[in-house]
Amino acid sequence: MTSVPTNVPAVDPDAAEDPSARRGRRRAPRSERSRAEARLGWWLAGPAFIIMVAVIFYPVLQALWDSLFNYRLTAPDEREFIGLQNYATILADGVFWSALGVTALITVVTVFVELILGFALAMIMHKAIKATRGLVRTVILVPYGIITVVSAFSWYYMFSIDSGFINNWFSWLPGIDAELNWFAQGSTALLVIMFSEIWKTTPFISLLLLAGLAQVPDDLSEAAAVDGANWWQRLWRVILPNMKAAIMVAVLFRALDAFRVFDSVFIMTNGAYGTEVLSLLAYRTSIGRLEIGLGSAVSVVLFLCVGIIALIAVKVFNVDLAGGRGGRK
Amino acid sequence: MSTVSTARGARPAGAGGAAGAETLTPEEVEGQNKARRAKRNTTIGWWVITILVAVWCLFPVASILATSFKTPADLSNGKFLPTTWSGVNYQEIFVGDSQELFLTALWNSIGISLIATAIAVVLATLCAYAIARLDFPGKKIVLTVSLMVSMFPVISLVTPLFNMWRTIGLYDTWPGLIIPYLSLTLPISIWTLAAFFQQIPWELEQAAQVDGATPLQAFRKAIVPLAAPGVFTTAIIAFFIAWNDFVYGISLTSTEAARPVPAALAFFTGASQFESPTGAISAAAIIVTIPVVLLVMLFQKQIVAGLTSGAVKG
Repeated sequence: MTSVPTNVPAVDPDAAEDPSARRGRRRAPRSERSRAEARLGWWLAGPAFIIMVAVIFYPVLQALWDSLFNYRLTAPDEREFIGLQNYATILADGVFWSALGVTALITVVTVFVELILGFALAMIMHKAIKATRGLVRTVILVPYGIITVVSAFSWYYMFSIDSGFINNWFSWLPGIDAELNWFAQGSTALLVIMFSEIWKTTPFISLLLLAGLAQVPDDLSEAAAVDGANWWQRLWRVILPNMKAAIMVAVLFRALDAFRVFDSVFIMTNGAYGTEVLSLLAYRTSIGRLEIGLGSAVSVVLFLCVGIIALIAVKVFNVDLAGGRGGRK
Repeated sequence: MSTVSTARGARPAGAGGAAGAETLTPEEVEGQNKARRAKRNTTIGWWVITILVAVWCLFPVASILATSFKTPADLSNGKFLPTTWSGVNYQEIFVGDSQELFLTALWNSIGISLIATAIAVVLATLCAYAIARLDFPGKKIVLTVSLMVSMFPVISLVTPLFNMWRTIGLYDTWPGLIIPYLSLTLPISIWTLAAFFQQIPWELEQAAQVDGATPLQAFRKAIVPLAAPGVFTTAIIAFFIAWNDFVYGISLTSTEAARPVPAALAFFTGASQFESPTGAISAAAIIVTIPVVLLVMLFQKQIVAGLTSGAVKG
């Protein structure tokens, strides 16, 4: 690999130091020089840090606060404190559970398919001969850069009963004919939504896996080949175990991303026929019906779901996210 | 496979026409040809794979491109390609009834995305420089927070922001979108740049100073050329992310004052209420895809390096 750094240094400020030296420095009064350095460090990193905190944490606190009120913009004067009533309303509503189920389904299916496809693409990028390498990378990056909404429209028009050609092309398949309206029932609509999501985000997973592949030492695989391992054994016994961390990071990021799915559902069905997802529910409650209290509660629940997924992933897979990415423990 | 003409009078060449095969035994010639055939087969195999990947990656783009050249009557022809190629949809969005809607949205998208990218890259450069070079308490906190922010469900911010922006008058304005866009562009910029800056041999700066350069000269001559590609790549990735936003775009705008293209596409109507907007939307979608494709074609190497070394969220 020429252009992909094969040994990415993890962004880990503590790795370079001897732990005993750090402890010692904590006890000893910091020298004037290191104090100045720390000051400069915070002057440089501070603005970015403060903006991130302000843009995220302030609205989150606001949402937490608003979710405790019965608060409609259509009747702002009737705003009253109702405690956790909004959460009770959400959890007792079938719409919420259906949205949660659909979101989970989309997440699991797309991440699974993308992992396999993405690995194949990563292998192709990793092993490609010089003549085709640039071309392969270019075409794989196109879906990555394309606006999700454009991807959604493209897939929608392909399958649409008015302007599509899919029914025409695949009419030889059982169940597909000119009359099939893909977006009139949940199952087929979800299929197209997933197609769009998979097409758009597989490149991202494949790039993360490529970084992991680049970290697997070639001589390991060669040694296994010398010992008589066939291609399949080398993949499962040598390559994949050595990329475990990269795979986990890719799965985690993509799962969190998939859980926020919004754009393609909004464009294709707007949540009709049982395709409602959590993000869309939050949007329609707040922006559509101006139920700020209830919408905030949905937002908080979604935020908690994402937090729980992240926590489980980090705990179960023991991935040190801040310490290393792309194939490092 | 080029056939090599051997000099007249030379020994007849083997099937592959090996050049300079003057002292080769027939077995060696055979071996050379075998190797060459194997190489040719690998090359053909790689091209087949590449073409398959290209079809998968470009098919949806080709499909909407073909749709954008269909006349309204042709839209429901059930075919991939238009029967007659027509530029009517492009006329519609550039000089027709949808002109105002589309061009203002395009201007909003370009302006807001570029400003959000510029602010994020400047702040992230300072931040990543501090992380890569200085030792200060709380380095890890900065990285962890940016990671948390990049995982955050955007829609959870929309409700409180929608309400706050309306109160303080930022609703439906450029700053009202630029500020939330920073939550998308800043974290990834910090991660990507920190990864890039870790790889820079900073000793060069001291070396230049030892050689008699002033600190400023040393920084400009030794460090800036090394850091610039990383900053540039980060800017491209951040721009893609801002350009791609839909949730903030439809939630925090209500008119053409600040509505970006992705949001405008969702609100497109046809030339008349009896006409479907399919053609116009397809044409607009192609126009906003052009910059992305151009950037990818020009800088695929750098983008791949940036995403594989520091990408968190694409």
